[in-house]
Amino acid sequence: MEAVRSQRKSLANDVVSTLPLYRSAPALEVRLEDFELFAMDRLRVLKGISDGLSRGKKPKEMDNLVRDLWKANMMHPQASEVVNKDIISHFVLRLVYCRTALMAEFGLSYKAVSNSEFESIKDKLGQVAKSISQPLPTADVIFYKVPFEEVPELVAGRRVFIHKGNAYIAANQVVSLVATQFRSHLSKALSLTNRKWTSTLREQEKDRLAPIVEALSTSYLGPDYSQPKGFSEISVKDIDELAKSSFPLCMRHLFEKLREDHHLKHGGRMQLGLFLKMHVAMNLFDTFVLDTLSETGSLGINSHGTVWGVGLNLDDALLFWKAEFSQKVGAERFDKEYAYSIRHNYGREGKRTDYTPYSCQKIISSTPGVGDHHGCPYRHFSEENLRAALSKMGVNSRGMEDVMDKVQNRHYQLACTLTFEAVHGSSCDSGINHPNQYFSDSQKILQSKNHSTV
Amino acid sequence: MTREEVETGMDEMEIDGGEQREGNAVPEGFNANYLKVYYGKLFPHADMFKWMSYGNDGKHPGCDQSYFVRREFSFTLGNDIYLRFLSFNSASELENSIKEKCPVKIDIGPVYSVDPAKRRAYAQTGDNVFTPVERELIFDIDMTDYDDVRYCCSGADVCLDCWPLMTIAIKVLDTALRDDFGFNHILWAYSGRRGVHCWVCDEKARRLTNEQRAAIADYFRVYKVGNENSHKKVSLTGLALHPFLARSYTEVLRNFFETKLLSSQNLFSSEERYEKILDMIPDESVTSELRGKWQENRRSSISKDDINVARWEQLKHLLQSGKHKGQGLRRCIEEIVFSYTYPRLDMEVSKHMNHLLKAPFCVHPKTGRVCVPIDPNQCEDFDPTTVPTLSKLLEELNMGGVKADADNDWDRTSLGKSVRIFRSTFLQPLLKSCKEEIESAYSSKLQQSKNSISW
Repeated sequence: MEAVRSQRKSLANDVVSTLPLYRSAPALEVRLEDFELFAMDRLRVLKGISDGLSRGKKPKEMDNLVRDLWKANMMHPQASEVVNKDIISHFVLRLVYCRTALMAEFGLSYKAVSNSEFESIKDKLGQVAKSISQPLPTADVIFYKVPFEEVPELVAGRRVFIHKGNAYIAANQVVSLVATQFRSHLSKALSLTNRKWTSTLREQEKDRLAPIVEALSTSYLGPDYSQPKGFSEISVKDIDELAKSSFPLCMRHLFEKLREDHHLKHGGRMQLGLFLKMHVAMNLFDTFVLDTLSETGSLGINSHGTVWGVGLNLDDALLFWKAEFSQKVGAERFDKEYAYSIRHNYGREGKRTDYTPYSCQKIISSTPGVGDHHGCPYRHFSEENLRAALSKMGVNSRGMEDVMDKVQNRHYQLACTLTFEAVHGSSCDSGINHPNQYFSDSQKILQSKNHSTV
Repeated sequence: MTREEVETGMDEMEIDGGEQREGNAVPEGFNANYLKVYYGKLFPHADMFKWMSYGNDGKHPGCDQSYFVRREFSFTLGNDIYLRFLSFNSASELENSIKEKCPVKIDIGPVYSVDPAKRRAYAQTGDNVFTPVERELIFDIDMTDYDDVRYCCSGADVCLDCWPLMTIAIKVLDTALRDDFGFNHILWAYSGRRGVHCWVCDEKARRLTNEQRAAIADYFRVYKVGNENSHKKVSLTGLALHPFLARSYTEVLRNFFETKLLSSQNLFSSEERYEKILDMIPDESVTSELRGKWQENRRSSISKDDINVARWEQLKHLLQSGKHKGQGLRRCIEEIVFSYTYPRLDMEVSKHMNHLLKAPFCVHPKTGRVCVPIDPNQCEDFDPTTVPTLSKLLEELNMGGVKADADNDWDRTSLGKSVRIFRSTFLQPLLKSCKEEIESAYSSKLQQSKNSISW
């Protein structure tokens, strides 16, 4: 694929297959304008799909949504151009996002299970089917035998029978295999592209493609909550009030547990610590620290209230955590065993990465164990506990049923969105994708309410 | 990657368990001098090197001579000094460094794409070439995670009444790793205080991606919502149990629960304890019936049978009786057994290639006990309270007199048995298959290049 300026040949003759798996970049010439425009259009489609999913749209609605998005953004009067646009935009985005992707293994082999083998494991296959509430397998259903490594999703969910390293997957589970293959191929390609980009291309394309690529990677897909922002209007008083009014349930729960137990395990410290680090601005923290310290009577600080900043700085974070933890483990052990990891979160230790707050996706996919309080309450709480927590947040019984309905269908972010709407009494069209977004949206609404009532 | 991860490991181990510092098992003067003797005379340096080389230390042209040097070791020295990203060129380099630095703890990390000691030089190039490429699949099971289902001790303590929980974990995981996942080279080791470590060392296991590791860890997970925020610790849904869970239940869990833990942990002996179990039964009529019986029972208490066994039988009988045949209640019995027996893994340890894990044969600084290997086929006989301690070994060494044949020093102590288990159940079969793999990979590569030449 080559980018050329303005003039170009017609691509009409270079028709490519209509079901592309994007194995290799096409040998096409692309106008520089199109390079960017196509990518933007594709991003609009992807963003639309992502929004639809987080709004909990049903498969059928999703089909329609995708068709509409595709029509609106990717169509072209010439049929061949559609295919080209599809492929070009895919590869541009690959270049754009290659810097954040991970490596993965690659490989695939299918083997249909013979009749005699099927008979010998029929009972086990039946047991698996029953365990995931699927119809019992019959002799005319084709099963494939693949190394378990190739179907991690099915293994993780115990949705396949595994024996001596092989997973026996039913024909209707093959999509998982293909998805895994595509994902792994893509991530491998991304990492190769990344190497090429950083080693040679970025320099060569310094004045041409590089600015476009850099801009694309940061410009779209909604606000970026990894960038610090200040909320200087937060009331200096009422920190607990703030946790109650504007923290999403996951953070509120951690916060309350910290207050109660004066301790959080690693997962909880990370989830809450990073959330607070960025967004709940300094002033909020001062209050909390002051509050806590005066409660324990260990320190008397009062001049801090005047410091306003864009995030809890390292010193204050240390103070904050220490105030709680020292009640449980003592100040000396805090300094010795916990301070490091807080400095680490702030990029002052270890590999010196300035860690960003966790997104909903990351929180939902975490696996809290015994004694842990992190994770997504909509996913990880029992129904009973979730109901109790929601009613404590002030969700009424009608709202509660709506939320529980989403939880049952495993739309956790949507459940959180509905909670937000129930608590704030106003809609949240973008859906909740990030705890810090929940916080900032909540603050916006509360502040506008304040202004209107004053 | 990070030091943080190690710290996390230490953190969970030392803080969250409500740790006890007095440690009466620690021999007086667990100190650098004792440890020096241990590393000098007893620690099986050569075996560790053989293991970590996976056959690549041989003369065969297929051997990857750079393999061992790319492995990360890390040492924790006294006064909390922590050395990451150590690497060694040879068996003697490793041995000399251990003897010289005398670490209180040795951790083993992944094999990286390049020598981890030189990672900074590679970092200059801008490519992220410094990345883990191989790592044993590891599992870490810690008794503190069972504190809500054991009444004999808590936190850092273990005794023969709760140790069966570890035996169960070994049996369940070992069988699944071999029969389901097809792994053959699995090392189990006592963690030195209150848990066990598992190292799956097949080549296939060492090359798993993080995603695949996470999938295996999830396969083993039944505590979907494993904390106090959730009502049920174990939720078994669906019309049947997955074959893996069904096998674990019938072959291990049920038996251990009924014949050991019920009575040894006195699971039904007090109102507080049986209420915890009744909580898992969602049918009010069943629970109130049982509650009624047991409250009376306590007053009369004439039964000769173990009260725990008797009450468990009553509970089972009522749940399985005609009027409560509902599928949901049937599953209750299994859920209770799973809650009180099923292995509880530290998931994060297994999910990532770059997690460090303490090497076997280290001495636990708090207990003085050696992290000895456990033969999974004899795991029922393993007794953590008789694992050799540093001071005991030194005593044995002294009694044996001063002999010059250093090779057999451990054979004169109770460590000898552990080294033999390590070799016969793990190292020898492992090295045999490593050798075969290297040879066959080499000859097929040779064949390939021959073919391409003749073409």
